[in-house]
Amino acid sequence: MKTALKYAALLGGAVVFAYPFLWMLAGSLKGELEIASLNLLSGSFSLQSYVQVILKIPIGRAFLNSIVVSAATTASVVFFGSMVGYALARLRFLGNKTLYTIILFTMTIPFQIVLIPQYILMVKLGWTDTYLALIAPTMMSAFGIILFRQFFMAIPQALIDAARIDGCSEIMILFRIIWPLSRPVMITVALLTFMSNWNEVLWPLMVVREQSLMTMPQIVTIFTTGGQAETQLGYLLAAATLLSLPVIIAYAFFQRYFIESMASSGLKG
Amino acid sequence: MTGLKQMLHRGRSGDRGAYWFILPYVVFFCAFVAYPLIFSFILVFHRWNIVTPMEWIGLKNFDRLIGDVLFYRSLLNTLTFLVIHIPLQVVAALALALLLNTGVRGRGLFRALYFLPVVVSGVAVTILWQQIYSFDYGVLNNILHAAGLPPVPWLVDPRVAMPSIAIMATWKNVGIYIVLFLVGLQNIPSELYEAANLDGASAFKQFRYVTLPMLNPTIVVIVVLSTIGGFSLFIEPYVLTGGGPMQSTLSGMLYIYNQAFSFGHMGYAATLGFVYALVILGVVVLQRRVIESEMSS
Repeated sequence: MKTALKYAALLGGAVVFAYPFLWMLAGSLKGELEIASLNLLSGSFSLQSYVQVILKIPIGRAFLNSIVVSAATTASVVFFGSMVGYALARLRFLGNKTLYTIILFTMTIPFQIVLIPQYILMVKLGWTDTYLALIAPTMMSAFGIILFRQFFMAIPQALIDAARIDGCSEIMILFRIIWPLSRPVMITVALLTFMSNWNEVLWPLMVVREQSLMTMPQIVTIFTTGGQAETQLGYLLAAATLLSLPVIIAYAFFQRYFIESMASSGLKG
Repeated sequence: MTGLKQMLHRGRSGDRGAYWFILPYVVFFCAFVAYPLIFSFILVFHRWNIVTPMEWIGLKNFDRLIGDVLFYRSLLNTLTFLVIHIPLQVVAALALALLLNTGVRGRGLFRALYFLPVVVSGVAVTILWQQIYSFDYGVLNNILHAAGLPPVPWLVDPRVAMPSIAIMATWKNVGIYIVLFLVGLQNIPSELYEAANLDGASAFKQFRYVTLPMLNPTIVVIVVLSTIGGFSLFIEPYVLTGGGPMQSTLSGMLYIYNQAFSFGHMGYAATLGFVYALVILGVVVLQRRVIESEMSS
């Protein structure tokens, strides 16, 4: 009896969290009049809403923009973050402790304070309406550096010493010895960075006005709030489905990594 | 290149090559952290629309902020959000985590499903909930109707709109906190429960005096992260309500955005950001103190 109740509660939770997404998918395929129904099935599924979304906004282009921006940012955060993390964890230099303290300090700054000045910087540099504005300010992450540093501190010194005796330079040690040992932390940093960039919408809304440069969540936001959707629920749900599908597919395959990354970081991406 | 090689060589005084490793970050820090921080201190004393030259106006931005009804309104809205969101989040996450921790079958699958909204874009989630909350055709009001209950004006009534957003945000984020609680629960040494059992403590007492205190660090993290999230609320009201009805969902971030991009008041927007940042830091420090002293007493 008690077990039955437990599973009923668990299933109830599953319905609450998963059913809305199924309903979204079903609604995007249904005719306007049927959407409100809680029923997922319909006799008249069609791709009409998707056709309309694709005709009205360059969502394919936005998808590519999002891929380019998120991939470039992620590559940079992993590459440079691991370099700084390695220096902090394994190299002796004047200012090591100071730099570490500064990086920790930057994590406590609420982003509200730098948002407007950062936007003005983009305007001054003439970077608005370019990929640079979307990529440059997130090219490094204090959080990523800290995660790398923690992981690198646990790598046995003997491995590094052996490589030094063989005449490896520090940069070669990082690429050839440390990187291959660091897959877990690299996946964590890459996944969190990619996801938070993919879903970011406030910053693109600020620095990009040119439709051909908009990211996917940005263009869907503008589609929704700007009246282009003509209050057609089907169009909105189709746009929302197109926006969530890439992440849901990635999540379906790498679900464990997503959850473990979040758990090990204890922070939102 | 030989110069570079020499730089990378390990010297007696330390690793001089290390400076090459940190140089990119130092450049990044100066451009995108230090410069904006310093510039924000300058900006708060100016009136500026980016196009015409900056105009020094002393403390007038702060004067204006002190008398700005919408600023207080946005703080009040944030408070409304947090008062509903935080307890709901902690209770829901803890309940589901405890349920998942009882050795049930399919634990991984349930956890994965509860986590699903976390990974999906906030914009998609907001569009989805716009339909769920719709007064005439919404899923929730359909269910209420089927149960013979009157419809709820989820996003139309100024008293209900912000709580609606708080519920939606809980639904979106609770998966993260379930996972954090699960980690916390697994870190509680089983000897504690064995000792409590020997003392004849009831299940409730075990929960109250063993589980809860041991989860204290996790609860602190959740409260702090939810608070920062509440102050950063933007896309949900931007898409759902545009800050209405009657400014009841105007969040701090949305107000900064409007001041900067609807009115071109860069100086005032920077001042709002500056003050919000101070409020956030103050609230977070206070929360940590309160929770930590409550739990230790």
